[in-house]
Amino acid sequence: MIEQNQIYGIAAVLLFCVGLHGVATRPEMVRKVIALNIMGAGVFLFLISVAWQGARAPADPVPQAMVLTGIVVAVSASAFALGLVRRLAGLAEESAAEHGESPAAPPKEDPK
Amino acid sequence: MIALIFDGVLAVTLVALAWRVLAAPDAFEAVVVFITLGLLMALAWGRLAAPDIALAEAAVGAGLTGVLLLDTLGALPHGSPPAQAAAHAEIRGRGWPARVATGLLATTLGAAVLSLEPRPSLLAGQVSAHLGQSGVSHPVTAVLLNFRGYDTWLELGVLLIAIIGVLALRGSTRLSGETLARPPAVLAWLIRVLTPLILMVAGYLLWLGKHAAGGAFQAGVVLGAAGVLLWLAGWHPVAREWLWKVLWVIGFLGFIAAGLGQLLAGANWLEYPPETAATFILCLELGAAISIGATLAGLFIALHFPPRENLSGGPNERRP
Amino acid sequence: MSGILNVLGIGLCLIGAGFFLAGTVGLLRFPDSLCRLHALTKADNLGLGFMVLGLAVESDSLAVAGKLALIWLLALLAGASACYLIARTTVHDPGGGPE
Repeated sequence: MIEQNQIYGIAAVLLFCVGLHGVATRPEMVRKVIALNIMGAGVFLFLISVAWQGARAPADPVPQAMVLTGIVVAVSASAFALGLVRRLAGLAEESAAEHGESPAAPPKEDPK
Repeated sequence: MIALIFDGVLAVTLVALAWRVLAAPDAFEAVVVFITLGLLMALAWGRLAAPDIALAEAAVGAGLTGVLLLDTLGALPHGSPPAQAAAHAEIRGRGWPARVATGLLATTLGAAVLSLEPRPSLLAGQVSAHLGQSGVSHPVTAVLLNFRGYDTWLELGVLLIAIIGVLALRGSTRLSGETLARPPAVLAWLIRVLTPLILMVAGYLLWLGKHAAGGAFQAGVVLGAAGVLLWLAGWHPVAREWLWKVLWVIGFLGFIAAGLGQLLAGANWLEYPPETAATFILCLELGAAISIGATLAGLFIALHFPPRENLSGGPNERRP
Repeated sequence: MSGILNVLGIGLCLIGAGFFLAGTVGLLRFPDSLCRLHALTKADNLGLGFMVLGLAVESDSLAVAGKLALIWLLALLAGASACYLIARTTVHDPGGGPE
């Protein structure tokens, strides 16, 4: 008979793989950030499914503390990643406007 | 038995939602389904007897990450929907190596998960044995703030690095200078009513961590949500620039002060004497909650303003 | 006595679940933003209200029932304000896009 935490362990593995597939195949940047978050959620779910100690006993507190730290770190990393995505989009827009605007004009300095 | 069926349905729904998030052609729909996924994950945490994580996930995973994603979507230039759908569909025809590889990985990992033997955890036994000397009676708080306080200290450092990085991308550390748009009257009234309640809930969660699920992280993310709500309603949550900086560093510096104090008193770094451990933990938790809240709110506000023009081209003048 | 309370509590929760189901079907099937808001707020107010009532009947103390009622009131507040703001945006600024 399958245990309760094994069900969530399988779900965690599937979440991780769906996220990995998303990072590899989706071209939009924001979608890749979301896929990374899903991979993180899969890893956290796996850690807590391992920490489960039966229906009557409280769960192991050490993985819970690790996952709690991990959630906050994942949010700040996602925020930074979204900042990079915005910056990238802004630079791409500027360079596209510059090249489309006046191709005969003297070349400006490349943005480094 | 019924509980197992519920767990199975929840697990299948989680995976199906995750697939929908990445397969949806419309980016807005993807973010909304991602927020729903976060809420259902909170249910899963509850089923796995991890209420602290359920609280944090509901606030941060579903709430704040969703808000950041929606904000970014609004700021990016959207292609026309047919172009978006075309770009999204283009990758699917050529994707079979990725699908095969991911499928193999999933099967292997799944087999590994099913073959794990349940063992009693050694660390959990040690935590219960030393819980009396830790100063609190909730094991997760004891682990976070006392036994592995080093991890929490460095996690506050990671938050600092994130906010520094976002401010560097932005080009300016001014967060409070802009005048914000006047909100609709209903929103202003709602936030006026809710903000004191939110602060009270955050304080309650902070105090609750001593003997039940709660603590600095949950209080911190609730404070962050309060900061974002205030800003969305047209008020700056922190009015002075220097106060922003102070709030960001106070958690990190608090741990350093505690560590140095203990070093100077002859003990090890961040080793609290058992008689005063409760006081140490309360002060450190207060600083950590304030820092986490200010950093999360600051991340949202800093991301919302666009970066300055003249940062991208060096010292030369760009087009007017 | 406690058996009757149990049955009553489960029955009220089931009624609440029924309202949530109706709200979800409305969200998926109604043609217009405003109609969908109408369905969602019913799920929010009545569905959550019946659930809270059922849980309060099942709970052991008046303090817990009071806290549950407070949660319901806060959810009402947030739901009604959010409904107004979304409707306002739909009517006044429909071309806003996914903001």
